[in-house]
Amino acid sequence: MAITSIKNLKEFSTNNDRFEGAHTLCPGCAHSMIVRELMNCTDDNLVISANTGCLEVSTAVYPFTSWDTSWIHIGFENAATSVTAAEVMHKVRKKKGTLKDGDAPVKFVAFGGDGSTFDIGFQWLSGAMERGHDFTYICLDNENYANTGGQRSSATPIGATTSTSVAGTHSYGKKEKKKDIVSIMAAHGSPYVAQLAPNKWKMMAKGFQKALETEGPCFINTVSPCCTEWKFDPKDTINITDLAVDSLMFPMYEIIDGHELNILYRPKNILKVEDYLGAQGRYKHLFKPEYKHIIEKIQSDIDEDWARLQRREEARV
Amino acid sequence: MSVEQQDLKLKASENRGKSQLEAGFDLLGWDEVTQGSVLPSFDGDASNVAHQKAEEREYSDYNSYTATVASWRVQKPVFNIDVCIDCQNCWVWCPDSSILSRDKQMLGIDYDHCKGCEVCVEVCPTNPKSLLMFNEYTDLGDALASWPEKKKKEKK
Repeated sequence: MAITSIKNLKEFSTNNDRFEGAHTLCPGCAHSMIVRELMNCTDDNLVISANTGCLEVSTAVYPFTSWDTSWIHIGFENAATSVTAAEVMHKVRKKKGTLKDGDAPVKFVAFGGDGSTFDIGFQWLSGAMERGHDFTYICLDNENYANTGGQRSSATPIGATTSTSVAGTHSYGKKEKKKDIVSIMAAHGSPYVAQLAPNKWKMMAKGFQKALETEGPCFINTVSPCCTEWKFDPKDTINITDLAVDSLMFPMYEIIDGHELNILYRPKNILKVEDYLGAQGRYKHLFKPEYKHIIEKIQSDIDEDWARLQRREEARV
Repeated sequence: MSVEQQDLKLKASENRGKSQLEAGFDLLGWDEVTQGSVLPSFDGDASNVAHQKAEEREYSDYNSYTATVASWRVQKPVFNIDVCIDCQNCWVWCPDSSILSRDKQMLGIDYDHCKGCEVCVEVCPTNPKSLLMFNEYTDLGDALASWPEKKKKEKK
């Protein structure tokens, strides 16, 4: 497979974008940063499918498409299904010799939002993982159904206010913890599972290349700050991602073959989670005296999760 | 560096910059669209797209490269090449593929696709910043003339 050089940013920037501008994602959306980076990671032909979600509705506004590669748009739950079908078809036609250019390497990638990955498309994703197709599934995790007006999803963390878990005098927002999708996918026995963030572009590019190179179903959860629903200024997308990664709200790690956990990034100064929460409008209510205990709970959850990750890294089980 | 050079435009299609109605597509109405449709991104051979720069590609009218979102902008980023160190931070984090970077050099901003989100200004590491936001109607020359001086580090 022809991977592109990610030695430094200057070399990386010689790649030609295959994701065009004038899509209608919000200004400052991290989705397109992640998609661009994935498509710049390789020179190979790509077959991409996308679940319904922000990415899909804004990159294919009739009569325009922003994709310079093969791209399939399909229903809310079927990104994994359709791309695995394409993969099987490619394999069969290669075997029969009916492809125009049978030797050209092709990579199969599916993009889904967190709603379609954690909730609606979960069963289909799980099935595709179990069947063991050679594809990479990338979840663009913005922690809510941003496309339809910011409803809660099972990726929404505790304490966040969304349009269906509104914070007020009787509620502090969402009451349930976020689903640990990375461990769930690792439990499928997937050869490469990771959680990455766009502010560390090199780490993310390395992870993408590893996932594309690995044969078998790979899953990557990427943090994608949503300026509209997280309620921050569009220019702060990368700053918020920095805070998320440095406060360990989103630790960056990979799990190989379902057991070999490597922590990819250890922040030098671990920030308090208040810094991350305070930078966003959706957590504003937590700073009222009656909800202060939620911040403490979030902090203790993060500390516990970080300790658990480190133990898992050591134990290799 | 003159203003003309900075106002670099890459023309791939004659329809570029026009709205879809002006471009005169033969569009189907909402009740005529069949289930499932294919939009070809390119008119010609697309097998080598990964190795072609944007200006070398044969974009079809269906490619959003031929469209524009310039009307979204209230403020525009202005690029000052004299301060730029070509670190390419703006290129890697631009959400709208509108940083024109060729052969490891930053050349300017594609104002047809920029939405004015200001991420490039935030990630620019130089002192003073080589990208700054100005009002949309500001003339490029005026913007460059009013560029701030280098800030001295505050003594601790």
